[in-house]
Amino acid sequence: MADPIISVKHIVKIYKMGDVEVHALRGINLDIKQGEFSAIMGASGSGKSTFMNIIGCLDTPSSGEYLLDGVEVAKLNRDELAKLRNRKLGFVFQAFNLLPRTTALENVELPLLYSNNHSSSQRREKAMAALEAVGLADRSGHYSNQLSGGQQQRVAIARSLVNDPVVILADEPTGNLDTRTSVEVIEIFQKLNEKGITVVLVTHEPDIAQFSTRNIVFRDGKVSKIIEVENRKIAAEELPKIPLPMDELES
Amino acid sequence: MNVLNVLRVSYRSLGRNKLRSFLTMLGIIIGVAAVIAMLAIGQGASNAVKEQIAGLGTNVVIVFPFASTQGNVRFQAGETSRLTESDAVAIAAQCPAVKYVTPVVRVVTQIIAGTQNWRTSIMGVYPDFEQIRNWPVKSGDYFTSTDERTAAKVCVLGQTVADNLFGPGSIPLGATVQIRNLPFRVVGVLASKGQSSMGQDNDDIVIAPFSTVQQKLAGTIYANMLFASAISSPAVNTAVEEITQFLRIKHNLRSWEANDFTVRTQTEIASTADATTQTMTLLLASVAAISLVVGGIGIMNIMLVSVTERTREIGIRMAVGARGGDVLTQFLIEAVTLSLAGGLIGVILGVLTSRFVSSIQKWPVVISPESVGLAFFFAAIIGIFFGWYPARKAANLNPIEALRYE
Ligand SMILES: Nc1ncnc2c1ncn2[C@@H]1O[C@H](COP(=O)(O)OP(=O)(O)OP(=O)(O)O)[C@@H](O)[C@H]1O
Ligand SMILES: [Mg+2]
Repeated sequence: MADPIISVKHIVKIYKMGDVEVHALRGINLDIKQGEFSAIMGASGSGKSTFMNIIGCLDTPSSGEYLLDGVEVAKLNRDELAKLRNRKLGFVFQAFNLLPRTTALENVELPLLYSNNHSSSQRREKAMAALEAVGLADRSGHYSNQLSGGQQQRVAIARSLVNDPVVILADEPTGNLDTRTSVEVIEIFQKLNEKGITVVLVTHEPDIAQFSTRNIVFRDGKVSKIIEVENRKIAAEELPKIPLPMDELES
Repeated sequence: MNVLNVLRVSYRSLGRNKLRSFLTMLGIIIGVAAVIAMLAIGQGASNAVKEQIAGLGTNVVIVFPFASTQGNVRFQAGETSRLTESDAVAIAAQCPAVKYVTPVVRVVTQIIAGTQNWRTSIMGVYPDFEQIRNWPVKSGDYFTSTDERTAAKVCVLGQTVADNLFGPGSIPLGATVQIRNLPFRVVGVLASKGQSSMGQDNDDIVIAPFSTVQQKLAGTIYANMLFASAISSPAVNTAVEEITQFLRIKHNLRSWEANDFTVRTQTEIASTADATTQTMTLLLASVAAISLVVGGIGIMNIMLVSVTERTREIGIRMAVGARGGDVLTQFLIEAVTLSLAGGLIGVILGVLTSRFVSSIQKWPVVISPESVGLAFFFAAIIGIFFGWYPARKAANLNPIEALRYE
């Protein structure tokens, strides 16, 4: 458990817009160990998403070093980055980002389609297993726009885990969901984390951050402090305490 | 991503937009159909012209009374005619490679039988015309050399003329027709040669003795042209040579003077006519090809719109591991599929159109497998060519920018 799976040094990201330079990240140094459940927090505009995109290999830093599972990411080209996203990473977005007019199952199969080493029956099997893991096996044939926000996010999580990634990155995965659904989603992340997958998520909600093992706080493009969570909450235990919206109305 | 997966992804996304996919194909459909139909019609015309010229008779040599103008043959001889009957007679006597010769004089005029009348062309020729043109009568007989000598008012009708003057299928032997107020006795009806490609009717003709037409109808001392036939196919060139040499002497041409006549063989006329129809076919086909290119631009346009519209989808695909090449192939396959499907429908439509044109216009069409293959091949090329740019554009998107695209 000691080896950092993500190790970044002096990561700087500067956006150039004409003559204006936006320093989104001003030198991030951070190690995330295998099996950790980190929550990144911080004010809006502090560079959380920028950082997530970089460690998610969706974007490249202006300078700095990044080791992902022993691989020096900075030296990779576009295709190699794509391969890394496909094999080692799962990404969950605030906006779900499912393919429209496509079934849940097809959405989940998508990463397998690009990894080339599965037959179509294997793909189906793995995608169904992933949907089962998020509790949506019965919705596999539904189109993405026929699902609720929470269900869409669970499909997105199924998609992120289908290719057995080492790290799952989630940028405000509960940002568009109500409290109860948020905790349900967090429960899935905790289960995956128990199986050894490293989880990094961004959240604005301190409550949600309490489900993680470590809170990393960003400020002005820098890590301002790191807090180890003491009384970590377990989603499965919290869920029964949260009243269903229906109960609230009735009581 | 393997080929099968790319195909699956491409077809799924085309299937999601059926109407648009069809409209995109429409340009290619029309282009391919037009190319095939135009080539079929042109080819049909060219074949018909060839057939018609072959009908002149294989050993035929034609002498026109004017200087040749760079390979073009003018069939109408005007007042400038310099050929005479005596030329024909002399050629027959002096040129050993020539078997038959007849002068030809032509008059286009009204012909009347009872209450019916018909405008047609009257050809004055020797009875040898039958052998030279290999054109026998269906019933009755050709006029005789006696008729020729006495300038008898007899004639042989083409089937169309007989039909129009005496009713369809009639054989009016012994009947009298009026040509320019002169009574002509019908002695025969020519065997039918049918319609030619250009809508010209071979049977719309009347044949009469040369002397009769020359003296009583045309009133000229000249002949419009001479028809001759060589003793055999191999002798055709010798015959041309002999006729040329002989006419130069007979017309008193000095060595530096150009021929004041043109000698053509059936083969030469055929190749000239062939070149003409080929040019026409090419012209038609290139107009059609332009519409094919326009169809291709339509594909490019829609694919570009599609790439912009699906920027987010591309971002999602890239985020889960699609490489630039995967996206490129997907969009390229979509474009090629559209153009190939369009090509296929176009081929069917083109064949149907050709059939339809041929059935209503009685125009022979020839749908060659080559033209179908060519049109289809070009459709595919166009798909690749015009699909490449949008596909390239999609593949070069930055994943994070694509995801952020609204
Ligand atoms: N594509 C871009 N071009 C220019 N500037 C950008 C771009 N993306 C982000 N920025 C800037 O970089 C800074 C950090 O943005 P980032 O999205 O990382 O913040 P964030 O912490 O995720 O905020 P939020 O909590 O609101 O999501 C901001 O000042 C933002 O304006
Ligand atoms: Mg953000």
